Amino acid sequence: MIDLAHVSRSFGARTVVDDVSLRVEAGAILTVVGTSGSGKTTLLRMINRLVEPSAGTVRIAGRDVRSVPPHLLRQGIGYAIQGHGLFPHRTVAENVGVVPRLLGWDRRRIAARVDELLGLFRLDPALYRDRLPAALSGGEQQRIGVARALAAEPPILLMDEPFGALDPIIRGRAREDLLAIQRRFGTTIVLVTHDMDEALRLGDRVAVMDAGRLVQEASPAALIGAPASAFVGALLGGGDRAFQLMSLRVVDDLVEPGAAPGTPIPAGTSVRAALAESLWSRRAALPVSRDGVILGRVTRAALEAQGAGP
Amino acid sequence: MSRAPLVLKVALLAGLGAFLVAPDAFAPLFRPFAPGDSPPIYAQTPLLRLAVNHIVLVAAATLAAGLLAVGFAIAATRPAGRDLLPFARAVANLGQTFPPVAVLALAVPVVGFGTVPTLIALVLYGLLPIFETALTGLGGLDPALLEAARGMGLTGRQRLVQVELPLALPMILSGIRVSAVIGLATATLGSTVAASTLGEVIVSGLLTGNTAYVLQGGLTVAAMAILVDAGFLALQRKATRRAGFRS
Repeated sequence: MIDLAHVSRSFGARTVVDDVSLRVEAGAILTVVGTSGSGKTTLLRMINRLVEPSAGTVRIAGRDVRSVPPHLLRQGIGYAIQGHGLFPHRTVAENVGVVPRLLGWDRRRIAARVDELLGLFRLDPALYRDRLPAALSGGEQQRIGVARALAAEPPILLMDEPFGALDPIIRGRAREDLLAIQRRFGTTIVLVTHDMDEALRLGDRVAVMDAGRLVQEASPAALIGAPASAFVGALLGGGDRAFQLMSLRVVDDLVEPGAAPGTPIPAGTSVRAALAESLWSRRAALPVSRDGVILGRVTRAALEAQGAGP
Repeated sequence: MSRAPLVLKVALLAGLGAFLVAPDAFAPLFRPFAPGDSPPIYAQTPLLRLAVNHIVLVAAATLAAGLLAVGFAIAATRPAGRDLLPFARAVANLGQTFPPVAVLALAVPVVGFGTVPTLIALVLYGLLPIFETALTGLGGLDPALLEAARGMGLTGRQRLVQVELPLALPMILSGIRVSAVIGLATATLGSTVAASTLGEVIVSGLLTGNTAYVLQGGLTVAAMAILVDAGFLALQRKATRRAGFRS
């Protein structure tokens, strides 16, 4: 879907992005993680031409982005940033409807789309449609910001630290919302973050940037299993790799026939959470259920094995 | 005064209107200030006509100054216009530092007597307040907001019209308000170069030693200034609310 080929960007003598090649498959989430100044935001902004590459090409669906006028290109790509950038003088509905209006959608179609998106983000349209951004909480503003980016049903969504300003609990819910909506629309997402946990949790693939270079691009499990450099290892936090791996996996594949005592855990629980429950409740095996039906059990030994390195 | 209750402003407006329409009814009030037998109410030109001329002149000058100043401020806040900023500032500052009387004195030999030199002085004098506030309004917008607008595919013109100007409007209005109030006072000087304004009443009073005339001219201009100020303040508050700021 998105192809970056040997893309570089310099500002004066400073090279901010240095010969990066990357490919994002349609419908996948790529998270780009790095310290501040690593060039990750510049990389993102070159996809919708907010920054022009000094060298290399960016292609979307096989087409060089330079063949499209910048404002038309951007109308076809969702863009959500930290601090949401909502227009303070426009209501929620007007904010969400900005790009559809630019595209010339008729009034009824825009209104229907606005209500649909507000519903998806668990905001009652009747209650929120006519509010100004100043009358919303930080979490609500952020959701409207993402809803606005998705309004014109763009095949691609670019996100720059979209959850950076949120408190941990709201951030967790916002991530779940994003994943649910991404599954629903099949949107291809590139998300920039400095938070490795967020990158691992959201990304189908994770790209690590350091000093303008792409250091590693891999699936979350492969990244944890084999960090390409000491820098990636440091970003991963070093000490608790086993637990990071466990939190990426769910118990479903580990279920074996048999009985176990106590309250069952639901299918879909992460290995990490299951192991914690096993330790806390002093049970060597836990029953696993789906929709109230016991599927079998997982043993602590099977859970522990998931934390082993390659 | 601007925060005085609406009742007071309405009363002031009614009083001003009544005085301009039927000044002779107010003669007893001004009688004590007119020396000897001289008439207490200025009658050479109807006060209403002078007041209308005064307002129209100031409105035209403020409009022209507003268009020029906002235009300068827009140009100076575009990426291509950064170089223009010092020049625009210099022009606006020059207009303000020049005393209006000096502008009149310099303009008369070039454009002759009458309304035109007064208009020039008023426009020059009105530029700076509007330019400075427009610059603050347009230049002080949240960069994340403009970045988001650009990222969504708004063109430069769309960003200006749909985002920047509506958000800067409260600031711009505050500049226009200051400029209009200064203009109302300054326009009285126009009478010295034969522009038809309320200054005519004041000048005539000063020349003949008739304090009643001076009071009539001065109070009328003051009342108009207070009302214009209040009107613009109300507009400004409305624009502030519409811009989504809590006023």
